[in-house]
Amino acid sequence: MKIFPSLISKEYEVRVYSPLHIGAGIVVNSYPDEDIKMLEEMAGKVRRHIIEMIYGAGSGHPGGSLSATDVLVALYFMEMNHKADDPKWEDRDRFVLSKGHAAPTLYACLAESGYFPVDELKTIRKIGSRLQGHPDMRKTPGVEASTGSEGQGLSMGIGMALAAKLDRKKYRTYVMLGDGENNCGQIWEAAMSASQFKIDNLVAIIDRNKLQLDGPTEKIMSLEPLGDKWKAFGWNVIEIEGHNFREILAAFKKAKETKGHPSVIIANTIKGKGVSFMEGAVGFHGKSPSKDEYEKAMKELGGD
Amino acid sequence: MKKWELKNQRDAFGEALVELGEQRSDIVVASADLSCSVKTGVFAEHFPERHFNFGIAEQNMISACAGFAAAGKTAFASTFAIFVTGRVYDQIRQSVAYPKLDVKIVATHAGITVGGDGATHQMIEDLALMRVLPNMTVIVPADAPETKRAVMAAAEFKGPVYIRLGRANIPVCTDIPECQDFEIGKASIMREGADITLVGTGIMVAKCLEAAEDLKKHKIDAKVINMSTIKPMDEKTLIKAARETGGMVTAEEHNVMVGMGSAVAMTLVENFHVPMKRVGIRDSFGESGTSDELMEKYGLTVDHIVDAAHDVMKRRGR
Repeated sequence: MKIFPSLISKEYEVRVYSPLHIGAGIVVNSYPDEDIKMLEEMAGKVRRHIIEMIYGAGSGHPGGSLSATDVLVALYFMEMNHKADDPKWEDRDRFVLSKGHAAPTLYACLAESGYFPVDELKTIRKIGSRLQGHPDMRKTPGVEASTGSEGQGLSMGIGMALAAKLDRKKYRTYVMLGDGENNCGQIWEAAMSASQFKIDNLVAIIDRNKLQLDGPTEKIMSLEPLGDKWKAFGWNVIEIEGHNFREILAAFKKAKETKGHPSVIIANTIKGKGVSFMEGAVGFHGKSPSKDEYEKAMKELGGD
Repeated sequence: MKKWELKNQRDAFGEALVELGEQRSDIVVASADLSCSVKTGVFAEHFPERHFNFGIAEQNMISACAGFAAAGKTAFASTFAIFVTGRVYDQIRQSVAYPKLDVKIVATHAGITVGGDGATHQMIEDLALMRVLPNMTVIVPADAPETKRAVMAAAEFKGPVYIRLGRANIPVCTDIPECQDFEIGKASIMREGADITLVGTGIMVAKCLEAAEDLKKHKIDAKVINMSTIKPMDEKTLIKAARETGGMVTAEEHNVMVGMGSAVAMTLVENFHVPMKRVGIRDSFGESGTSDELMEKYGLTVDHIVDAAHDVMKRRGR
């Protein structure tokens, strides 16, 4: 059994204005090594799909897709209850990709889960495809919400989570936000209402890759202290390293144990994670790789 | 002419919501700090667990209703027209209309009859904003009883609906057999006539009926149509009326640039072109004043409809 020190969020546990005087606490991890290895392998596969999709389409958002990969892989292949052969199963956990531009990551996870053939991934962004540039709940099996205009997914998640409570359902709702998306006023409207309504079956995950389209988040529109802001809005804040599966899974567990408050996981990530020349590169927010870059990226990701 | 009883559309909306709440457990209602004014508060009294007050945060309210609908609920979102259309256009477009979700947006306090609050609160372009959205159905009930019928029909209907209501007590003019079976997309003929057609929507329907009485004195026999669904528009009824009467006047408490009248004009131009005139606000913002003063100043009275009808008749050489 291991303890993950990064989960002991000292900053938050001492704050008197914390709605929960529990601190982030210590989460005991019990995931076997083989599970973690499986997740890491899947993440590699998903990253290769992402590069292939964006290269094939000639457009898309590699940076934010790669940074979000590990969290989505943990959700789809470990954390969430869902059935690929029954996408509308009433009791499934819901996932809303509020940062809709990371659609390739979502599609790769859905395809690998079995919602549609992996081969279909190459149709992304092409005319007549079920895989639109941004997620479309009416076209793609497994997609829970149509997103793409930043700032709206958390509100949608609130509706889903409240519906679960009304229906006395056990399913949980996960929403992934971009960090730049925290610029949007609607995020804070949603944050306020989620704690007002005590929506503890809702988990927001912020893909904190520290870059937005125009540059570093702290330069364009400063977010820090981001955790304190969410805490002040009444959320249980859990901060982790967003490429470490043990921390990601521990954070989901911690969120599940939190009653009476919504939880937000600030996942510290690297934009472009896994491809050396895309890591931390603003230029790859919304640009497809060239042929050389594509080949190099695939090699780095362990592709043929 | 008989004196009409005055009733409030918002009360009818509240009544309809309570009835729906009793009939269906999947109905949820969202407010934005105006639950008392828009009468969602009545629903909240009966079903507190199914009413959510999002505060002054309309964007969150609309997208949350999309979430409700995605999870199988039929969600009603209601606040003033000014706040629930322009302010949240993108949320309606992206979260509701594009995924074709079961969200019913009920806007109250529409138009200039809001009165004293002035132009900042007088929504005169909502029909334009809502009718250009694919998947959106747009309804403007003529009075309180029709409001109730429209709300019940919207709840039954699958997909996004926008319903436009006013603030004031207005004449009950739809208590006639022709208007009892409310059907989305179906206009009702309130009065038969052979010389000209007056097409009204919302509070202008009663005024069209009055105008028809007035025109009778001048030996002009006017047909009156209640165009309660702006989209999809009942083209069949319109074209038939145009053929039968040969002239048309539309009347709406909305900017004439892009409201019901322009939708009627487009239909006629492509199908059966007749001389026509649109009564409405001539592309200007409103101001503070009483409802009656504003209706007079901005060209929305019975006399304005009558004058427009005479103008159309003159163009036809009569």
